[in-house]
Amino acid sequence: MTTVATTGPATPWHFALVGTPNSGKTALFNALTGSRQKVANYPGVTVERKAGLLLTPAGRSVNLIDLPGTYSLRGRSPDEEITRDVVLGRVASETTPDLVMCVADATNLRLSLRLVIELKRVGRPLMLVLNMFDIAQRRGITIDLERMSAELGIPVVTAVAVRRNGTGDLLRRMDEVADSHLAAPGENTWHPPSASELRAAQREADRIIAAAVSMPSRPDTLTARLDAVLLHPVAGLVVLLALLFVMFQAVFSWAKPLMDVIQAGFDTLGVLAHDALPEGLLQSFIQNGVISGVGSVIVFLPQILILFLFILLLEDLGYMARAAFLMDKIMGSAGLHGRAFIPLLSSFACAIPGIMATRVIDNRRDRLTTILVAPLMTCSARIPVYTLIISAFIPARHVWGFVNLQGLVMFGLYGAGIASALGVSFVAKHFVWREHETPPFMLELPDYKLPRLRSVAMGVYQRAKMFLHRAGTTIFSMMVLIWFLASFPRPPAGATDPAINYSLAAMIGHALEPVLSPVGFNWQINVALIPGMAAREVAVAALGTVYAIEGGKEAAAQIGEALAGKWSLATALAVLVWYIFAPQCASTLAVIKRETGSWKWMVVTFAYMLALAYLASFITFHVAVAMGAG
Amino acid sequence: MSERRQPPNGHASLPLGQAPCGFRGRIDAITVSQESGGLPVGEIENRLLELGFVEGAHVEILHEGAFARDPIAVRLNNATIALRRREAMAILATADQA
Repeated sequence: MTTVATTGPATPWHFALVGTPNSGKTALFNALTGSRQKVANYPGVTVERKAGLLLTPAGRSVNLIDLPGTYSLRGRSPDEEITRDVVLGRVASETTPDLVMCVADATNLRLSLRLVIELKRVGRPLMLVLNMFDIAQRRGITIDLERMSAELGIPVVTAVAVRRNGTGDLLRRMDEVADSHLAAPGENTWHPPSASELRAAQREADRIIAAAVSMPSRPDTLTARLDAVLLHPVAGLVVLLALLFVMFQAVFSWAKPLMDVIQAGFDTLGVLAHDALPEGLLQSFIQNGVISGVGSVIVFLPQILILFLFILLLEDLGYMARAAFLMDKIMGSAGLHGRAFIPLLSSFACAIPGIMATRVIDNRRDRLTTILVAPLMTCSARIPVYTLIISAFIPARHVWGFVNLQGLVMFGLYGAGIASALGVSFVAKHFVWREHETPPFMLELPDYKLPRLRSVAMGVYQRAKMFLHRAGTTIFSMMVLIWFLASFPRPPAGATDPAINYSLAAMIGHALEPVLSPVGFNWQINVALIPGMAAREVAVAALGTVYAIEGGKEAAAQIGEALAGKWSLATALAVLVWYIFAPQCASTLAVIKRETGSWKWMVVTFAYMLALAYLASFITFHVAVAMGAG
Repeated sequence: MSERRQPPNGHASLPLGQAPCGFRGRIDAITVSQESGGLPVGEIENRLLELGFVEGAHVEILHEGAFARDPIAVRLNNATIALRRREAMAILATADQA
């Protein structure tokens, strides 16, 4: 479809941004559209669709779409296929762009110019935007814009996405180009380029660079000097580990006060609702279903904000690709991509931000493997369960003279989580994805650049919004379901046992007895597992409820004492092992569903984790009984 | 094993995947001889070409990983590309004259 070349305000133009990864395309998109942008998904795929509105100096409104970064239109991944199909006008839901703006890093033009040469074959009006032009000037790179424009046969314009007013030229040129070029798109002669065509195009690009660009004799030394340390086989790993330690600390402990405030806020709100409403079902629904349901979603927000702040800063700095380089060999031996490291590390705090962070992995299969194993990392919600059971059952004595036995068990639980994650991804790589192995690791290491805070802030804001919007709805409905199971039917009049013992959760707990008694679980544990689906640590309070101990979470010590009298050591160990593997978190499952765009992977995760949990608890219980701990 | 050919200047070309850190040279050929990572031969060649590995380009190995000296970071004209030695075997280069 071609928009008629009028300047009427009623018909907005449709422009598309295309560019290689690291061309600063997204920063330019943020600079051009500001807060007037919308992030959604393309129908049927999990590829992000970013579009925004801008106004040119002549008063034209332009719908700008930011297409996924690519080196060519060959479409090697779902993201790149979207770029190809939108540019070629093959997506039914998208207007074929009136103008394709190819964004290039002015300091690194080779690959972008080759892409421009390929894009010219599509026949759409085309413009080359030399982004980061200030950096090029500072480094002494001089570009003959007229010559380049003449050689390429398209308008060439400069931009500085990260500086205020850095896009003025670009906006003016958009008007000019819209006046002159857009009426007559050429013929589309694009076809996937062959190897010899790729070679020819690169040679042509190199020829144009030789003709129009003069490089300084002294190249960027800052990146080289930084890389001498940051990519050093030993120092590089040390820096990476230190950085990850800070990040882990931040997600884990900086978020804590904020999370406590949010938790306390929702608790207070719950109490207010409790006092304001008459005793009964509605009161319980508002307090325990709605308010604590919403609270259990929002409480993750600080962790997500901090994690994405780090990730986006590192990404914009250009460090993320280096981290992948350093970790590729280690992660690769377990069948994971180098970039899976940060999502998996974040999962120690909480699998939800970890799974969301897998967006940095381009390849779908690598990303799926990472999502599948992320919940095996010991998240912070397991800690209350672990500490409760460990302090109740594991004696606080020292082994080998100096090692605290309780600490050793805790360490062992963390170790088991990591080992099983590596094991599962190894199995996935060698037995599930066998026919299509992980694609080769080939990655541009961009020059280091100072990130633009506004662009980073916008990215963090979008992640937060996406989390609240998308995960919120699913997580919330699961919370309501869990509340329903734990509250219905109501206890009969004059009942003496806790209300939960009359509920559907209790019925399920009893029904599960034949299935779970082989792993050493009694019906009280089974019942606690159900509200424990809301968040693992809820199981602690639920055990308290089931054993009719007043005081909720604060009563952990009393619960521990009660458990020590009621469970055998074998049962306690089986519960610990269960919590390493079991898919005991509805929110994580909801996020997996959202991030993979399918129920299938949520079910796969649930099933394999449940199978592992059952098997491991079964073995633990029976070994412990055989050793006399029954 | 990739074929070796004799460029006009008389120096044998070396697969970049076997070159030591610090190697500087010029690319003679991109010849993918084996499948890698489940990708067909032609696809690996195309990906290398798309990252700018073409005949005549200048390469220098800047860094290598701590384990098995893999992957490697290659300065390619004005950009830096990270890749595994397995794929770098397809890039044949002649060392610069000292």
